Amino acid sequence: MLTRRQFIRLAMTTTAALQLSDMLIPHLAEAFTGKKKPPVIWLEMMTCTGDYLSTANTLHPNMRQLLFDTIDLYYSNTTMAAEGEMAIRALLETAEREKGEFILIAEGTVPLKNNGQYGAIGYHPDGRLFTDIEAIRFLAPKAKYIMAVGTCASFGGPYAARPNPSGSVAVHKVVDQQVVNVPGCPVHPDWAIGTLTHLLLYGVPNLDAFNRPTVFFGKRIHDWCPRRQHFDNGIFAEQPGEEKCTYKIGCKGPVTFVDCPTRQWIGDHNSWPVEANSPCIGCVNPDFPDGMSPFYAHLPDMNVSGVRASTDKLGLGVAAFTAGSIATHLLANVATGRLGKHWIDGTRPRTEGIIRDIRKHAGDDKKQ
Amino acid sequence: MSQKIRISPVTRINGFWNIEVQVDGGVITDAWSSGIFFRGFEEILKGRDPRDAAYLTERICGICSTAHAIASSMAIEDALKVKIPKNAVLLRNLSFGADLLQNHIRHFYLLSILDFVRGPDMPPFIPRYESDYRLSRPETDRFIDSYRQHFEVARLTHEMVTVFGGKAPHQHGITAGGFTSLPTADKIQKFMGMLDLVGEFINDKLIPDVELLARRYEDYYRIGRGYGNLLAYGNFALAGRPGEFVMPFGVYSGGKFEKFDFAKIREHVHRSWFMQDQPRYPGEGSTEPAPDKEDAYSWVKAPRYDGKPFETGPISHLWMSGDYRRGISTMDRIMARVLEAKIVADLMRQWLKELQIGQPVFQPFEMPDREVEGLGFSGAMRGALAHWVRFKGKRILHYQIVTPSAWYCSPRDMHGIRGPIEEALVGTPIADRANPIEIGRVARAFDPCLACAVHLIDLKGKNRAAGRV
Repeated sequence: MLTRRQFIRLAMTTTAALQLSDMLIPHLAEAFTGKKKPPVIWLEMMTCTGDYLSTANTLHPNMRQLLFDTIDLYYSNTTMAAEGEMAIRALLETAEREKGEFILIAEGTVPLKNNGQYGAIGYHPDGRLFTDIEAIRFLAPKAKYIMAVGTCASFGGPYAARPNPSGSVAVHKVVDQQVVNVPGCPVHPDWAIGTLTHLLLYGVPNLDAFNRPTVFFGKRIHDWCPRRQHFDNGIFAEQPGEEKCTYKIGCKGPVTFVDCPTRQWIGDHNSWPVEANSPCIGCVNPDFPDGMSPFYAHLPDMNVSGVRASTDKLGLGVAAFTAGSIATHLLANVATGRLGKHWIDGTRPRTEGIIRDIRKHAGDDKKQ
Repeated sequence: MSQKIRISPVTRINGFWNIEVQVDGGVITDAWSSGIFFRGFEEILKGRDPRDAAYLTERICGICSTAHAIASSMAIEDALKVKIPKNAVLLRNLSFGADLLQNHIRHFYLLSILDFVRGPDMPPFIPRYESDYRLSRPETDRFIDSYRQHFEVARLTHEMVTVFGGKAPHQHGITAGGFTSLPTADKIQKFMGMLDLVGEFINDKLIPDVELLARRYEDYYRIGRGYGNLLAYGNFALAGRPGEFVMPFGVYSGGKFEKFDFAKIREHVHRSWFMQDQPRYPGEGSTEPAPDKEDAYSWVKAPRYDGKPFETGPISHLWMSGDYRRGISTMDRIMARVLEAKIVADLMRQWLKELQIGQPVFQPFEMPDREVEGLGFSGAMRGALAHWVRFKGKRILHYQIVTPSAWYCSPRDMHGIRGPIEEALVGTPIADRANPIEIGRVARAFDPCLACAVHLIDLKGKNRAAGRV
């Protein structure tokens, strides 16, 4: 049992230790102790706000900690108290005052049709429409870092899908500065907050060829899938709702690089699309959704216009990462667009009786 | 003296919205509501596999994605006469119910209360209007405490969607043919545990908070009445009783109830940025964007029922079911939404118990190579949502969506009749023109979602163009 005096001493020692770490990692202190909270502008453009809402689902830190203790969110269409001219002025003033300091989180596509008339964040105080393209070009050169959250801002996503009625493009297509792409439809809160944390503490993270942080987008779903053994053994779901490999009902896991199978969605790591017996639809991919659809068609069967070239490109990327023989068969088919006879045989479900079900534990027979 | 006030953007909603009002003698005398972004979702759907529509239309809206998944799946099932298993009905109700709780909790705390409660003196709560905050210091602290807590609770509701739906927003469970996840004891208990926590928050925080708000802003029971026209689609299907819903269809206008008929819906585009056209039934709509059209001021069309503008949402659902008929006003809309959250949370406990372990969740179906039509709908979080689809084999020929927000954010129609929010704003007193906080109170009480309201479009026009080539 601690005496009160011992307890106080212990508490003070702990504080001293924390201060030591503050000295060692001054950036951490700045970012997380509230001495100087990093300024953030969250710019929603052509979006469903799903990426904002998904980010608000963050577990640790949670959105309360983030909003009240970690960052100064000067502009956010969904959060801010101000509206109208007051909101627009807050945006303009923050951009000037925090120039070179603020982190720009961009959500949504930038529509270019009719001089950007298809998407606006509001009106200027002088009455002109404040278009998305004008807003992103105004803010990008002043930001310390630019983070594109969600597949729309990163690559175009659903709103840029053919025939792209609004002429939407990704953020990196219209700004000269480096954009860190954190895709996902929606983005997983861990990917968004994790990337933000990396920017705050260590600067720009390692990026892949599509400027996605490799810490989240470096694993191929297919390689880490808990149902991989079902794929290898040829146990395939014929319909959604079957607890088997979802490859034949359209899983895009073999060409999708992200950590869903291990990270899972969200908070308490509840599930992810394959665990829900549905196909991964490749929502973090640069050609989502056009290159990833029909969602229920398995890879070599896809015949949407324009898909072939992009899938080839992804397929070649995949090749560098894998060596497994079955995966190589798959890749060959993805890359050439042909489906070999031996491959069709391989995907045919075998009689389940002869498959060793890896989920069963030793001694199960005796219990029954 | 007459003066115009423009609020653009109206923040703390989903999407981008512009409101202009005319103020005479301290009272709003006219109003204009306009959506200021446009994506063309229905055009994007053309030519795609009808089974993709559920996942794609979810992407219209991040806050009510499950409602679009339900309406879209239902439209495909209607066209192909697919009967989904009882488990699928229950799992859809549960996932959609969880998303509805998410919407209602976030609408109250994240989007609404800053119109009534003075937030902390830090961004994003400053700058703010300095006007008419009526709560005492301890009451304000209590609200901000609930605000801080709601982030955790809202995450739990989305976690409930992921338990069966795989992810959230834009879940995977609800799809044409039924549902994909199997109800198993581990998932059921997890869902139930989270539901209990959310239910506690609704009972212990949300309801007392809204009651306090209603006491302090009692005059808002007399502000923002609007037309008093209410429209509701059937919401939460009853398992094993096709065509029946927990919350029934209904039309309420001029103080009378009427029987609802989809055939009486027309969409007007006279003051919208679309090619001029006569009002059309959504299943036969034909419009193309015309961003330079004179006299137009919105990307939202103007849906009318039997020629009249209607509002929709929780107050309409509860009016038809008989659970709430106190009155129609800004505060009634807010109260009804909270009450709906409470009712749905209670219903969800029942649905969880009705799940049948080991029974099917998905009904396999064929897609014959002939042209078929279907209609799917949902009461959604915000009210009447419907999807009209026509397809042949694995190709969508026509897709049309009329969202709840289009009903109440709509601009004027061909007769110059104002949309429901425009009408509700008329008569609202503005105490201080420099701090017109009253506008947002009336407008946000509808729970507008411009992400849903703005989209197009018919595909016939495009077919015609292709024919010319």
